[in-house]
Amino acid sequence: MSPRPGFVLEVDRSTPQTLFWRGESFGLERLPVGSRVIYGPEPLPALRDPDAAIRHALDHPLGDSAPLRTLLHAGMKLTVAFDDISLPLPPMKSPDVRQRVIEAVLDLAAEAGVDDVVLIAALALHRRMTDDELRHALGTRVFDAFAPHGLLLQHDAEDPSNIVHLGQTDEGEDVELNKRAVESDLLVYVNINLVAMDGGHKSVATGLASYKSLKHHHNVRTMRASKSFMDRHHSELHTSNWRMGKLIAAAGVRIFQIETTLNTDTFPAEMRFLQRREWEWTARDRATFYASSKALDRTPPEVARRIFHSVKAPHDLTSVQAGEVGAVHDQTLEHVFRQQIVPVQGQTDILTMGLPYICPYNVNSIMNPILVACLGLGYFFNLYRGRPLVREGGVVIMSHPTPWAFNPVHHPSYIDFFEQVLSETTDMLEVESKFEAAFATDPWYIHLYRTSYAYHGVHPLYMWYWCAHALEHVGKVIIVGGDRAAVRRLGFSPASTLADALEMASDVVGRDPSITHLHTPPLLIADVQ
Amino acid sequence: MKALVFERNLARFAASRLASAVAGTGHGVAVGPLELLEVDPPSLPGPGWVRLEPRLAGICGSDLATLDGRSSRYFEHLVSFPFVPGHEIVGDVRGGALDGRRAVLEPVLGCEARGIAPLCAACAGGHKGACERIAFGSLAPGLQTGYCTDTGGGWSAGLVAHESQLHEVPEAFSDEAAVMVEPAACAVHAACSTAPPSSASVIVIGAGTLGLCTVAALRHFCLPGTLVAAAKHPEQRRLARDLGADHVVEPAEVKRAARRVSGSLALATDGRIDRLAGGVDVVYDCVGSPESLEQALAIVRPGGDIVLVGMPGVTKVDLAPLWQREVHLRGAYAYGSETRPEGPRSTFALAFELVAAAGLERLVSAAYPLDRYEEAVAHAGAAGRRGSVKIVFDLRRPSRGRKPTEEAE
Repeated sequence: MSPRPGFVLEVDRSTPQTLFWRGESFGLERLPVGSRVIYGPEPLPALRDPDAAIRHALDHPLGDSAPLRTLLHAGMKLTVAFDDISLPLPPMKSPDVRQRVIEAVLDLAAEAGVDDVVLIAALALHRRMTDDELRHALGTRVFDAFAPHGLLLQHDAEDPSNIVHLGQTDEGEDVELNKRAVESDLLVYVNINLVAMDGGHKSVATGLASYKSLKHHHNVRTMRASKSFMDRHHSELHTSNWRMGKLIAAAGVRIFQIETTLNTDTFPAEMRFLQRREWEWTARDRATFYASSKALDRTPPEVARRIFHSVKAPHDLTSVQAGEVGAVHDQTLEHVFRQQIVPVQGQTDILTMGLPYICPYNVNSIMNPILVACLGLGYFFNLYRGRPLVREGGVVIMSHPTPWAFNPVHHPSYIDFFEQVLSETTDMLEVESKFEAAFATDPWYIHLYRTSYAYHGVHPLYMWYWCAHALEHVGKVIIVGGDRAAVRRLGFSPASTLADALEMASDVVGRDPSITHLHTPPLLIADVQ
Repeated sequence: MKALVFERNLARFAASRLASAVAGTGHGVAVGPLELLEVDPPSLPGPGWVRLEPRLAGICGSDLATLDGRSSRYFEHLVSFPFVPGHEIVGDVRGGALDGRRAVLEPVLGCEARGIAPLCAACAGGHKGACERIAFGSLAPGLQTGYCTDTGGGWSAGLVAHESQLHEVPEAFSDEAAVMVEPAACAVHAACSTAPPSSASVIVIGAGTLGLCTVAALRHFCLPGTLVAAAKHPEQRRLARDLGADHVVEPAEVKRAARRVSGSLALATDGRIDRLAGGVDVVYDCVGSPESLEQALAIVRPGGDIVLVGMPGVTKVDLAPLWQREVHLRGAYAYGSETRPEGPRSTFALAFELVAAAGLERLVSAAYPLDRYEEAVAHAGAAGRRGSVKIVFDLRRPSRGRKPTEEAE
């Protein structure tokens, strides 16, 4: 039976309660009659033989690229860059798709007699991956073959000796990239395209860039002009990356792009009810829900966090394409949209969303308040094509405990940003003009980014900018069940219950608002007509 | 007349120490050696002395330390028993050139008040706070009025003051503003004697009366590049911001705040900062606890200054960073004369200026009559938690046109 497409449910009196994520927990909420709930399409079937599909893609590239094996030769310098810990979410069961693809690339390189091969995790300004995380992403065979010899690197955007300035785009944007990648005879980029925002020229132009380069598109103006991040032709973030991609190609950097798409099979069997439609829950699903939600309510947050972060997603490969960046990405997007698009008629006054325990920047870590804002307003709000799900001046209601808690190893500058900057101002432009330079160039943050496992000093500001489009668009943001002080520090309104939140929203959208719930994860993209 | 009298009674002193340790600051008074008594007014010690009838008399951190049995034995030779506490005083002068006028007391009992001639070097230089003769001369030992058996103190209906100790209060000053002049003078001295340059990064630890006045003094007289205040309680944080702090943080955030404003590297364990590699230029410790001093040592830059403004006691602290980083640790006690761009100025004159400019009378949070002294002291001990700052005794009589002020919160 083929997977069912996504659809929009209209809540009536017989509709069972709707699942809402609340960080490391979840619960059921009764939405008012007439509310809409958007469900994503069911997971697409997996490729029957993923390894064969990968080999086929490498031998049958798209665009003007030659097959990978013909690009490899003895004596060449080959660099294989790959997406970092931020993808996929949750981390996938072994073997990770990066392992499959990189093993296939390395097999071809070995056949061709290439012996100068370096692997680079394309971190951009993200934290470095631990050895365990690298081993999981690449597999033991690849890790053991490269890491002990210093051939498995992590991009260091703050290493001036390993950054090359390639020039400026027509718009005056500096393009600075990893020197090893630029000076290689071939740069192979291995991507996981979990959402439509990923991949394309963004892979190299962002993943292997410096702050000087990134700041041209990671800024308030660009974020506000990206409507949405999931629609690259209406996203200034992507337009800027594409300009940079053009310059990178013109500078002679030869890229062989390999993009993969995954289905939305997000949770393992024992948690599968979380991605089923509530009225189709079996007795076993209901029993599992009640047992797990009650148990989680009694579990200390740090224990619940450990449990959830040990979850490995059963994601399966649904497509792999390789070759020239633009041609590859166009086909990738078709696969992503096939999996995630849900047509939705019209906007809503109130958009509700349950925020889960994980976002791209807190894998094996704490979802701190800034990341809560970023996940809700940066990511989930932008899961649209056409027009935002919520109307201009509408209300976003998110459920998450929003703890005033940070991982000091991963997010040191987040703590300072939250405690010392957001206490002063939440205004995007003021934050950008007054604080960005100091956070970006702070020597301690740079030291921790380079030598520890810390996100770059400027990263929390970027995550704040990520909310810029949403905050410019909506009239009010309410967080249900959040730490009140933390929610207020973000400039949002706290509410104890969904009912309270809806009551508070009526001040903005009136007494009879339309309500839409984004039932995610699993991920979906609303195609708003 | 009524007076709160502090006797030398070691058993009750020990009991107050125990009570405050168990029940918290300000609770030692109930079992300690302080009693409300009917006493004779103190005699005038000699020429140049006048009577002062207090209107308001503040409760200071050093008073609380004494009442809670926590004050250092260092002061044993610098006080004389029994004494009437209270050295933050505005009152009416009876006798002398200021007869019938309102005056603020400058409580240090230096050479001039003690009838010592010639003056010691410190007094001769205008630095009365550093007087070398505070245990000598015609008065019993006592570093200040409020610790000397011969002078009486502010927590009473009357005391004696040397004319050199009195500063007339301008008509425009309320009693509440005037009673803030003495603590403001301590802060002025702390700020002006260090005088951080305009490029300096400065942190004030503690936001009780002294901490808040220090923030105000730094903002008014020194204009440091960045001024950070560490304040424990919400009302303290609000006031610190109002009085001119650029950033206000909770005590637990001090190291991170110091690191950020100084752009320093830090030495951390599991992401938690132990101490800074660099640090801020000047730290004003307005708490005086081992924890605050340790915090100051962790955040001051090599060669930087730590100024102890709050009264410390016996303190166990690791001085390795002081030695290795050549940090300057100095005290800031009392007042005298300050070096200003326009020339030497009396600290009290500058304090009057500061109180008026910064509106420090708003720091007076509550006033109690003398017979509710246990409540008053307990309130002072919990001032921060209760959203208060300065607690005072109100000794104004209805005949002066003012009813005694009940708790003004």
